[in-house]
Amino acid sequence: MSEITQVQITELLCQRLACFTDVDTEISPETNLITHLAIDSVKLLNLIMEIEDQFDISVPLNALVDVLTVQDLANLIYKIKSSS
Amino acid sequence: MNLLEKLDAAAAARKAQLPEGLGAFGIPIEESYSATEARIGERRVLMLGTNNYLGLSFSPECREAAHKAIDQEGTGTTGSRMANGNYYGHRALERELAEFYHCHECIVFTTGYQANLGTISGLVGAGDVVLIDGDAHASIYDGCILSGADIIRFRHNDVADLEKRLRRLGDRSQNALIIIEGIYSMLGDQAPLAKIVELKNAYQSTLLLDEAHSLGVLGKTGQGLVEKTGMINEVDFITGTFSKSLCGIGGFCVSNHPQLDQLRYISHPYIFTASPSPATIASTRAALKLLHDGYLLREQLWKNAHQLFSCLKKTGYCLGPEPGPIVAVLLDSPKQALTLWNGLMEHDIYVNLVLPPAAPEGKSLVRCSINAAHTAEQIDRVCETFSRLYPAVV
Ligand SMILES: Cc1ncc(COP(=O)(O)O)c(C=O)c1O
Repeated sequence: MSEITQVQITELLCQRLACFTDVDTEISPETNLITHLAIDSVKLLNLIMEIEDQFDISVPLNALVDVLTVQDLANLIYKIKSSS
Repeated sequence: MNLLEKLDAAAAARKAQLPEGLGAFGIPIEESYSATEARIGERRVLMLGTNNYLGLSFSPECREAAHKAIDQEGTGTTGSRMANGNYYGHRALERELAEFYHCHECIVFTTGYQANLGTISGLVGAGDVVLIDGDAHASIYDGCILSGADIIRFRHNDVADLEKRLRRLGDRSQNALIIIEGIYSMLGDQAPLAKIVELKNAYQSTLLLDEAHSLGVLGKTGQGLVEKTGMINEVDFITGTFSKSLCGIGGFCVSNHPQLDQLRYISHPYIFTASPSPATIASTRAALKLLHDGYLLREQLWKNAHQLFSCLKKTGYCLGPEPGPIVAVLLDSPKQALTLWNGLMEHDIYVNLVLPPAAPEGKSLVRCSINAAHTAEQIDRVCETFSRLYPAVV
């Protein structure tokens, strides 16, 4: 798990996000979570909880203010995972 | 989208959720008759959505104390506790609250919201960590944001999830503040305090407990969850509000840590606001005495809470995890909650309506709160109405 790459995290997020959004669209790293996928704050927090369990990390809520796209979220998770 | 257009979009989303004309939020109360009845429009309604847990809002002792304070000290202090707003009453109330909790230190704030903002932002800062329950009140979230600390949320009342998060912190757990509530305002359930204390000791963290909804409600003398569980010496900081069982407005933090006093010099929500009015302080002091001696009121409150909880359960409604003065009816859709809320209102019963995203787990809530002044007949009437409405709702 510690060997996971940024690309793998992005791929995994794209897969998981498809279950969290009602919007029928192709999800790419550039997809905006709120404007494209209509992920509201509650859904985002639930997704984060799932990811936290999977990677055994905690994502601080304050770090999410800079997260707009799937790529931003993947970068954040990678950063936390690699420093833990 | 410019600033005003953003507000228009939010207003449109709100209106789409709530039919026009339905005044569930910010409903105008025209007159208050007693701790349990008020006039809304032309209706005399039974109030089942207040935080007046001990029913003290019209207590003669509190009213007399407030009148006297207005006559002797005027209507407002017009200044901060740090400047011209530090009256005898504020200091006396701090002493009395410290005594009530058998603690050394107490700070009184102008609201309970500010008590959380001021305490949290005074205790932690950038580089520190706060671990907050997933169902934490907005004042706790806002205090955390103001602090600049890293904010980590754990699953509601889930001790194992909290432990995981403490473990992941490594040495940083020593700079972590865990924040929980005695009774949670949405579902009315209580925190597993003893287990959380064990964790905070094992990880050498600090624990803050907000007793907003449990003050006056739990424990022999009404201290809250700390008293019910015998944990008063294990909790580092307790915050609370005067706006619920004490029927005033204001808030406090008590602690045995002498460092609490330092918050008076650094905490903006304490310093940069006017102190509570003399009448508020006087009625709160009187209410605190009644609360301390209010064993019978607590007994009545719990009797009422059990009566409503068991009857709604029997009818078939899905309720929060445990009986208590907050009885939350959980519904799958906002439409069901609105139907129930409207039906109750048509029968002259006022309750709180909570829609997503404010309600947990995407549910909608019809949230009842009971007080010690409700009579068995009033609760019977509520139960009958709920069961009559059941087929149309579920
Ligand atoms: C858990 C909790 N803490 C704090 C507060 C804030 O209290 P106040 O009304 O005194 O600002 C509330 C009020 O709703 C609350 O529910």
